Amino acid sequence: MKIEVNGAMHEIAAGAEMPLLWVLRDVLGLVGTKYGCGMAQCGACTVHLDGNPVRSCITPVGSVGTRAVTTIEGLSADGSHTVQRAWTETDVVQCGYCQSGQIMTAVALLAKRPDPDDADIDAAMSGNVCRCGTYQRVREAIHLAARLQRGGK
Amino acid sequence: MTVTRRGFLQTASGLVVSFYVPQLVRGAPRPNEPPVAPLPPPNAFLRIAADDSVTVVLAHSEMGQGIWTGLAMLIAEELDCDWAKVRCEHAPANLALYARPSVGIQMTGGSASTRSEFDRYRTVGASAKDMLVRAAAARWNVAPRACRAANGIITHGARHLRYGEIAEAAMRLEPAKVALKPPSEWKLIGTKVRRLDTPEKITGTATFGIDVQLPGCRTAVIARPPAFGAALIDFDAAAALRVPGVENVVRTATGVAVVANQFWAAKLGRDALVVRWRAPEGEGFSTTRYAAELRALAMKPGAIATEIGKVDEALDAATTRLEALYEVPYLAHAPMEPLNCTAKIDGDRCEIWTGTQFQSVDQQAAAQILGTTPDKVTIHTTFLGGGFGRRANPQSDFVAEAVIVAKNAGVPVKVVWTREDDIRGGWYRPAYAHRVRVAVDASGRPVAWDHVVAGQSILTGTPFEKFQVKNGIDGSSVEGLADSPYLAGTQARRVSLHSPRTPVPVQWWRSVGNTHTAFAIESMVDELAHAAGKDPLAYRLALLATAPRHAAALRLAADKAGWGTPPPAGRARGLAVHGCFGSIIAEVAEVSVDGGRIRVHAVTCAVDCGVPVNPLGIEAQVQGSIVYGLTAALHGKLTIEGGKVVESNFHDYRPLRMFEMPHIAVHLIASGAAMGGLGEPATAPIAPAVANAVFALTRRRLRTLPLQLT
Repeated sequence: MKIEVNGAMHEIAAGAEMPLLWVLRDVLGLVGTKYGCGMAQCGACTVHLDGNPVRSCITPVGSVGTRAVTTIEGLSADGSHTVQRAWTETDVVQCGYCQSGQIMTAVALLAKRPDPDDADIDAAMSGNVCRCGTYQRVREAIHLAARLQRGGK
Repeated sequence: MTVTRRGFLQTASGLVVSFYVPQLVRGAPRPNEPPVAPLPPPNAFLRIAADDSVTVVLAHSEMGQGIWTGLAMLIAEELDCDWAKVRCEHAPANLALYARPSVGIQMTGGSASTRSEFDRYRTVGASAKDMLVRAAAARWNVAPRACRAANGIITHGARHLRYGEIAEAAMRLEPAKVALKPPSEWKLIGTKVRRLDTPEKITGTATFGIDVQLPGCRTAVIARPPAFGAALIDFDAAAALRVPGVENVVRTATGVAVVANQFWAAKLGRDALVVRWRAPEGEGFSTTRYAAELRALAMKPGAIATEIGKVDEALDAATTRLEALYEVPYLAHAPMEPLNCTAKIDGDRCEIWTGTQFQSVDQQAAAQILGTTPDKVTIHTTFLGGGFGRRANPQSDFVAEAVIVAKNAGVPVKVVWTREDDIRGGWYRPAYAHRVRVAVDASGRPVAWDHVVAGQSILTGTPFEKFQVKNGIDGSSVEGLADSPYLAGTQARRVSLHSPRTPVPVQWWRSVGNTHTAFAIESMVDELAHAAGKDPLAYRLALLATAPRHAAALRLAADKAGWGTPPPAGRARGLAVHGCFGSIIAEVAEVSVDGGRIRVHAVTCAVDCGVPVNPLGIEAQVQGSIVYGLTAALHGKLTIEGGKVVESNFHDYRPLRMFEMPHIAVHLIASGAAMGGLGEPATAPIAPAVANAVFALTRRRLRTLPLQLT
């Protein structure tokens, strides 16, 4: 089976039922996408399929088809994506383990809603668990990213 | 990399020069003279490379708390280097070099990294700067005091040398006694500094234990006893071995490991594995039954932790007495990164890659399993995807398991826990019951306080037993009580303790005993205030007359939260103050109740940690601690029946989520008191602050965690 990940096609030797998460991590060595719960409860495994956020831990690789997979590694080469810059500026991360998922969910939110309000952020981000408790800065960083996206400060 | 006898490290970036803590180095190696004893690793705490990069070696683990930045700030403050050139790395396991002096263990915990290293890391920076300056002065043939060092450059008149240019010469000098800067000269300490680990953590390139990839390394998932008190009888590996990718099935100390080429195969293999377990004795452990046992225990006095004055007489003589029972359940730590450990055995040597808070204990445990000495065990500490105490296991459980599997399977192995394995795997914050009886005088002030705590000892059987378990009293079970200023101001007072044993293994959990003692004591004080018909703030301040730091924190938090002004419609405020780990934290929670569900809208927090090193990091730690404590206050509970844990994952062991996140405001008090810790203290006051707010709103006193109105 072939899947497109971060712009490159990969021939995958894996059963169709294998979750995309483990294909990314154990087959392709893209370990930026994290395992946290295995049942779509924590969002640490969030990647994009054609720009839409999905929980790769419950997404069978066989269901990906021709949709383009984007992982945290594909967001930018150097942390220069607007959302990553906002994360840096806001000093969001603590342990960092959930942050790939937080960022991928936030990127998808901002693509759909360029100027999200707090209710939008609650709705989009509540599936992403952070045990370190970075939520307040995640919220601030999303607002900042929205401003940066508009070219403001 | 080759290490020469002079202690140089040859790396891609050129010569790397190492500095030592002077006290730790007796007879530093001299140039052109063979060392008489093997050198310690040449990169003890600091390396300065020819490219001017400054690498700070951390004796503690970065698990989110920000020491990757904070400890580096301590060295950089005294070194006067270019902050943009500073990077960090975790130290290897090495007890002689990296033990925390007060406990003799290389570890991270007790909210102690910054305060325990405050002098040592600054001294490293100051010593290095002194050596750099002397080396430059020698090259220019001028007096060292005629030279200036700032921002990584030493100048004398028009001449200058970058640190990287003179580092090699500097390291040949003997370290000398140095003076540290007075606080008035600090440029970095006390300022808001952004984290140094952000670049890798926002690009997915930070390596956590679970991300370690070694050639030929397999992944194992382990079937562990399904109930506390259950034990392995035998197993049939046939079905597991039929799963494509599964290569081997081996015993561990208590279970069976399925070893595969990848995680998914190992997990499917574990699911397919047929294991016979011997059931626990009798009906098996039950949290319902155990809670009743704790309540019964709490009704009678336990072993005396502290007793001053005639408590029983005062209670009997009092005309007004309050009595209350407070209860808290077992809690799992549930760090976001499930536990994992990679082990590779080569003859009598072993290499371990893991995110651990307990390097020297793990090193010892691995050595014992392999029948070798700790120096043969190398531990590579990765980033920790959260710790909260779980990754400092007194039995090195997740490390020992990986070593055993690697040994029995004969291949390098990464053992990965599923989330279910983590939630059900034990090592919990123990359940406790507190029975509190307080006699008050005519003004409502306590005159006698009898406090009975019942719950398992955490420290018995750990390396800390010798420090903190005395005469049957585990200090961590009663911390925050015997030393509470509320009790100190009560003439007759007694704290006693029952420490029953159960088959459920327990462990320190962010803020340890304070997780329950702060809840009991700050709830009771609130009950006393209301019983006396007094404002909860004014009542507390009257009791805290001899605890000025507590009173100041409480006043500041109350003031910033608008205490005394009407809250928004449908809301009420509650407050709590608690001191632990050397810091004082006051919190005001503003809550509403919607359909029986408690909603926390805002938390205003005042923090007195003595000397703030990085206010940006402190704010993050306080926010995070409050989230951690609020998760427990609103949702946290493990249920065990028949020895089996009912909850299994984040759907039924609920973490706080974004939609429940209160706005948290953090206000710092630079009191100048001895430095306190900040990784844990703000966890403790949030449950009572919320419970007290719920009472103010509903007149219902919730005495059991998690707080539930329905």
